[in-house]
Amino acid sequence: MSAGLVQVERFDCRVAFAEELAALAEADQRIVAVCNDSVGSSNLVAFAARFPQRLVNVGIAEQDMVGVAAGLANGGLVPFVCGAAPFLTGRAIEQIKVDVAYSEAKVVLCGMSPGFAYGVLGPTHHSVEDLAWMRAIAGLNVVVPADPAQTRAALRWALEAKGPSYLRIPRTKVPELTGVAPEIGRALLHRPGNDVTLLCAGTTTPEAILASEALAEEGISARVLQMSTLRPFDAEALEVAARETGAIVSAEEGVLAGGLGSAAASWLAERHPVAMRMLGLRDEFAPTGGPEALASYFGLTAQGIAGAARQLLSGATSRNGRGGGSR
Amino acid sequence: MARWRALRAEIGAPDGADGKRLSVVADDSRADILRVIGEAGIGHVGGDFSVVDILTCLYFAVARLDPARPDWPERDRVVLSKGHAAVSLYVTLARCGFFPAEALASFTKPLSPLSGHPDRRKVPGVEASTGPLGHGLPFSVGAAIAAEIDSLPRRVFVVLGDGELQEGSNWEAAMLAGHRGLGALTAVVDRNGLQQGARTEETNRLEPLADKWRSFGWEVDEVDGHDHRALVAALERPRSTKPRCLIARTVKGKGVSFMEDRQVWHHRVPTADEIAEALSELRLGHRATRR
Repeated sequence: MSAGLVQVERFDCRVAFAEELAALAEADQRIVAVCNDSVGSSNLVAFAARFPQRLVNVGIAEQDMVGVAAGLANGGLVPFVCGAAPFLTGRAIEQIKVDVAYSEAKVVLCGMSPGFAYGVLGPTHHSVEDLAWMRAIAGLNVVVPADPAQTRAALRWALEAKGPSYLRIPRTKVPELTGVAPEIGRALLHRPGNDVTLLCAGTTTPEAILASEALAEEGISARVLQMSTLRPFDAEALEVAARETGAIVSAEEGVLAGGLGSAAASWLAERHPVAMRMLGLRDEFAPTGGPEALASYFGLTAQGIAGAARQLLSGATSRNGRGGGSR
Repeated sequence: MARWRALRAEIGAPDGADGKRLSVVADDSRADILRVIGEAGIGHVGGDFSVVDILTCLYFAVARLDPARPDWPERDRVVLSKGHAAVSLYVTLARCGFFPAEALASFTKPLSPLSGHPDRRKVPGVEASTGPLGHGLPFSVGAAIAAEIDSLPRRVFVVLGDGELQEGSNWEAAMLAGHRGLGALTAVVDRNGLQQGARTEETNRLEPLADKWRSFGWEVDEVDGHDHRALVAALERPRSTKPRCLIARTVKGKGVSFMEDRQVWHHRVPTADEIAEALSELRLGHRATRR
């Protein structure tokens, strides 16, 4: 893991999630929580104790969970659907597409333990396609908070947003990203820079910040731009970064086919193409390993991101397609 | 609203002494269905005809609705889970006054709000955008739970196809409804015995169907799905502590002799001659004593 981060305290965003959801539910009687036997893993134990009539546990049945949420919304309630991200997004994708997004049902889908959070449980439990899948569905907001403050802000934002939202709630502990206000819906500038942009989302954000600091010591000025949402997509900030830095490294805990890097590349390709390196899963299922091991495997670490930036700036092309990370 | 109330008052009782009867309304709807599908060149006439009596009873005799206020919070929910029978729903909604009947001519025309499957965003009276099958029951379970959470008396009716019951999502929802004892929920199965390709029992058999629902914690009744008096009586039965499933024995293509129980009429569009012959049969049926 990256040196320096050992001293920084890290937090489980699910704690902030649970507290904020309960606070919102206290103030707004329409809010209910829906889960799939995931009361513990979705941190809904306190919610269940405080609002027993407002937790709907459907058991291990994701399609039913999302369909029921659409029906609850029809009844004037605001459901927060909580379940492990791989099963919520994969098993119930048609319900998300039809009953939620196409039907314009005001539902907040909360994907818990995304990415490699369940790393050692194997790829059936990895949620790496969720950003791509959810991004492909018209009208569905895709929110990727990176720390506890952003998680709270994400819940408030989703409650106020006009349409439905998918929130990717990290389970892997993350440091607090102080210094930048948690403005959901915009790209958040964590570090200014002019030589290269490090584009990140969620858990790759602290790694990108550390990479920027390491590069600074080498005289490379690396801008760190975190996308707090993939929809809405802050294309303006991205385009400014492309114009001003001329090179972009993207890093995401997810597949490259349709996620953060794809979103950036497809926007810029039509308007202001720049050299890019995309870090993430390139057409393979991850091996077994904990979140840190898998992040390292895919180069999604400060070391890997900084290495990719150096390669990009030096004009070198990667031979193994895996960026600067160690295998 | 006043017009619909008056119409409903006339026909609401299945054997009301004056005015129209539900069966006449249903056959008027069959005629509309034929014209709409003939004009558009697309539709599911067989499945429309097996379900239209059920919808007529729900919309004209049973469900608490206000066509002038499709978003009235206290309304009963009526969900057509077998969304491919959209035309039967559209003609019923138009007759109720949810939207002008003139709009029916736009069915499946470019940019029309009347798509091949009902769109709740665009068509007043449509509660859920169904079509893929297996979506209406989970939605209806959620709607029933919402009524429970808010302690409201509104009821939820969901109409399902029988082939549709091969979709597993229905059974997730059925299990939950039984577990929670959702007495406000009534599922009506349009048991016409046919699906797209063949008979249900030759494809992936559903029987014993009543037993399946009972084992999931539902009360089950079986009724003739073309007998309006029996349908209304069954639908109006006072609620209990269990959800209710009404297995409505129906005939695909019911109402037109050359369409009845013939699998080809799942998606085949009748020719102009066939429509004329069918309309003539329906007209004759009005004059004869029915049921």
